[in-house]
Amino acid sequence: MTYKAKFRVWRGDDESGDLQNYEVDVNEGEVVLDIVHRLQATQAPDLAVRWNCKAGKCGSCSAEVNGKPRLMCMTRMNTFTEDEVITITPMRTFPVIRDLVTDVSYNYTKARMVPAFAPPADLEPGDYRMAQVDVERSQEFRKCIECFMCNNVCHAVRDHEENKTTFSGPRFLMRIAELDMHPLDTVDRRKVAVDDHGLGYCNITKCCTEVCPEHIHITDNALIPLKERVADKRYDPIFSIASLFSRSKDTRTPAPETPKG
Amino acid sequence: MTDLERHSFDVVVIGAGGAGLRAAIEARLQGKTVAIVCKSLFGKAHTVMAEGGIAAAMGNVNSKDNWQVHFRDTMRGGKFLNSWRMAELHAKEAPQRVWELETYGALFDRTPDGKISQRNFGGHEYPRLAHVGDRSGLELIRTLQQKIVSLQQEDFRETGDYQSKIKIFAEVTVTRLLVNDGRIAGAYAYYRETGDFVVFEAPAVVLATGGIGKTFKVTSASWEYTGDGHALAMRAGATTLNMEFIQFHPTGMVWPLSVKGILVTESVRGDGGILTNSEGKRFMFDYIPDVFKAQYATTPEEGDRWYTDPEHNRRPPELLPRDEVARAINSEVKAGRGTPHGGVYLDVSTRLPADVIKKKLPSMWHQFKELADVDITKEPMEVGPTCHYVMGGVEVDPDDEQTKLPGLFAAGEVSGGMHGSNRLGGNSLSDLLVFGRRAGLGAAIYVDELGGARPTVTDEMVADAETEALAAFHVEGGENPYTIHADLQQTMNDLVGIIRTESEMQEALDRLEGFKERVRRASVQGGRAFNPGWHLALDLKNMLLVSEAIARSALERQESRGGHTRDDYPVMSPDWRQLNIVSRTEGDGVAIYRQPLSPMREDLLELFDVNELNKYLTEAELPKGEHS
Repeated sequence: MTYKAKFRVWRGDDESGDLQNYEVDVNEGEVVLDIVHRLQATQAPDLAVRWNCKAGKCGSCSAEVNGKPRLMCMTRMNTFTEDEVITITPMRTFPVIRDLVTDVSYNYTKARMVPAFAPPADLEPGDYRMAQVDVERSQEFRKCIECFMCNNVCHAVRDHEENKTTFSGPRFLMRIAELDMHPLDTVDRRKVAVDDHGLGYCNITKCCTEVCPEHIHITDNALIPLKERVADKRYDPIFSIASLFSRSKDTRTPAPETPKG
Repeated sequence: MTDLERHSFDVVVIGAGGAGLRAAIEARLQGKTVAIVCKSLFGKAHTVMAEGGIAAAMGNVNSKDNWQVHFRDTMRGGKFLNSWRMAELHAKEAPQRVWELETYGALFDRTPDGKISQRNFGGHEYPRLAHVGDRSGLELIRTLQQKIVSLQQEDFRETGDYQSKIKIFAEVTVTRLLVNDGRIAGAYAYYRETGDFVVFEAPAVVLATGGIGKTFKVTSASWEYTGDGHALAMRAGATTLNMEFIQFHPTGMVWPLSVKGILVTESVRGDGGILTNSEGKRFMFDYIPDVFKAQYATTPEEGDRWYTDPEHNRRPPELLPRDEVARAINSEVKAGRGTPHGGVYLDVSTRLPADVIKKKLPSMWHQFKELADVDITKEPMEVGPTCHYVMGGVEVDPDDEQTKLPGLFAAGEVSGGMHGSNRLGGNSLSDLLVFGRRAGLGAAIYVDELGGARPTVTDEMVADAETEALAAFHVEGGENPYTIHADLQQTMNDLVGIIRTESEMQEALDRLEGFKERVRRASVQGGRAFNPGWHLALDLKNMLLVSEAIARSALERQESRGGHTRDDYPVMSPDWRQLNIVSRTEGDGVAIYRQPLSPMREDLLELFDVNELNKYLTEAELPKGEHS
């Protein structure tokens, strides 16, 4: 059952670093994070890694395994062959702090720029009434565990550091869509989505959707509907005028059907 | 020490799970400046792992539910050892706390008439848990996190600075509370990222550090659960109570080994899942204790009817409180009726259609599929007990959550009393909200009353704290902290685990003496920047102190009750029910003493049938004139 696997792990800090080779025991049923823990316990006690729940619920242990963004706790060792060299590197889009740990403060800065949920002023706690079918659209996005792999993989910032000031990445555009689809929210965030969060940078290549460990249909259910609503507001003069006389919620287009897979 | 980073706040909250965030929100709403200091990134705290829901008697699904019923269930679940005042406040205030979350943007699952849906759970008489599928904890923490962001946005509009009232110190760990003349003066901490130290000057500190799971080998807890708050409080001069009560959740994963202990939500049983042994028998019917005989079905047929007709049938025994189910599973495995990997079967595949399972239990489906190659819509899960929660904790005033140390408050899992000897599922998230809010409020009032007379942090305190924190770097050729940790977990698991006896606990205490030297001699490789070996060496001190408190309290309590089962004292005793066991530090260890519980208020006592009270209370405690 047990075999020795070959690992290459990026070790270093914000100034320099390189891949270091390790041979580590692997047992049946283990995941990549188990191997990283075994490395810490036996060979590299100061190997820096972030993790919390080890159950795919907290989104802390994001890294790139053989170049692909993955939660290490949900990447099973039996998805690799026994002679395969497994390379673990930190998420590329965010600055390295040490080893596999990156500075993800970009995400928290962007989170703070999204205008908060604003219920009707006269609605008392306990009086909220919403239909299940209406809350489900936003609930899908609230499954997000903030692993930030979508923001890591999005080419608009992955290869363009300069876009980080103007673009918030799929995570926070999805947050805007989530609030937008909240049945009791009263704020129109369409202008903010474009001006402050760079919705226009997204050209729906679906890389974010592919890496989402929660299988959220970020592109189809959040980003495209958001783009459609923004397009309505910006380019349809009749629509714009009409929207002055009605609550913004009444004019949204329905989200597309959940695609397969 | 000249370039040491220093901050002054009105209130420092340690921990950013549900209790810490709710405390911070309340202190900020009371006009206080607040630091939130958390071991991990913001939004990653252990609360995200809660699955089932938030217990609150809103009566949305069954209108017969009310705070009195919730109070009764909580006291029964805790075997009447609960702080009755906390159980009362909790039951009364939980609905308001849940409705408040909706005003922050939470989106719970709904009833057909658009209210918050509520689900069945072990020990709760009516469907009571507000939930979002099986990711209720994530919804709770994200909602509170987003509320904090919205408060920061308000502060930004007023002051031009998002962090003028609430500042978050993520990946910062507190190593010591600073106390001046018997009052809280602040806290000493390090940044994970750099290893640099930071001093917080604050007249009020709220502990919301969660639990102690990492002292045990098989646990549902993350690395953060090292008993920091329990140990910080005790070292600063506060007390903990009833540390012997540890909840072993009946259903943790048992296979593969690397995921052993990861939680399988009680919702699986709440939604219809059944427990069977290797002979295919639904064994829980053999394990209904006398105190619960009146409330649980005695045949599978009646139990099954209850899901659709709860008015005329009793609930199935799979939904007994967690301590009962965990002990039953333990007994079945010991009797040789376990699964190949040493658990029992939990099956929902034959009980619900596949699409309903995926809808109601999405993260369980996901978890088993991805980690164990098991499709829970087609085959049963293998499950066994896992260390999940500590009922004991820092002793607090029930109303304002202040500890025995003025200026120190505690809320959530780190505090003790509320859950008695056993916590009901769903009562944790509501506990976080109710007492998190009260602790934040209590801290704000304390700061107001203190006025300008804030205790100061002296240079000497800071120097001492630094010496302590850096000690492991100066040990030459000492032991690897990872090895010490693994051995400590094994000791606690083997000797102070789910079933306990005097000789084993005595041996545990002997071994813990040996661990004291080993922990002092733990040595660290590498530098101070993001060095997990160093962090573990510091955490080990906390785990060791907590382990001693658990073992000493467990040895002292000569009865079996809730999360404390003695092979040598298998019976629950009304005399022991009148006593809390309190721990405090003495020298480099823990001393314990017994402390009487306050008698339950008459009007609360009257909520129970005297025949039920008879099972728990001594004759002298029974309502007057009703002795039987």
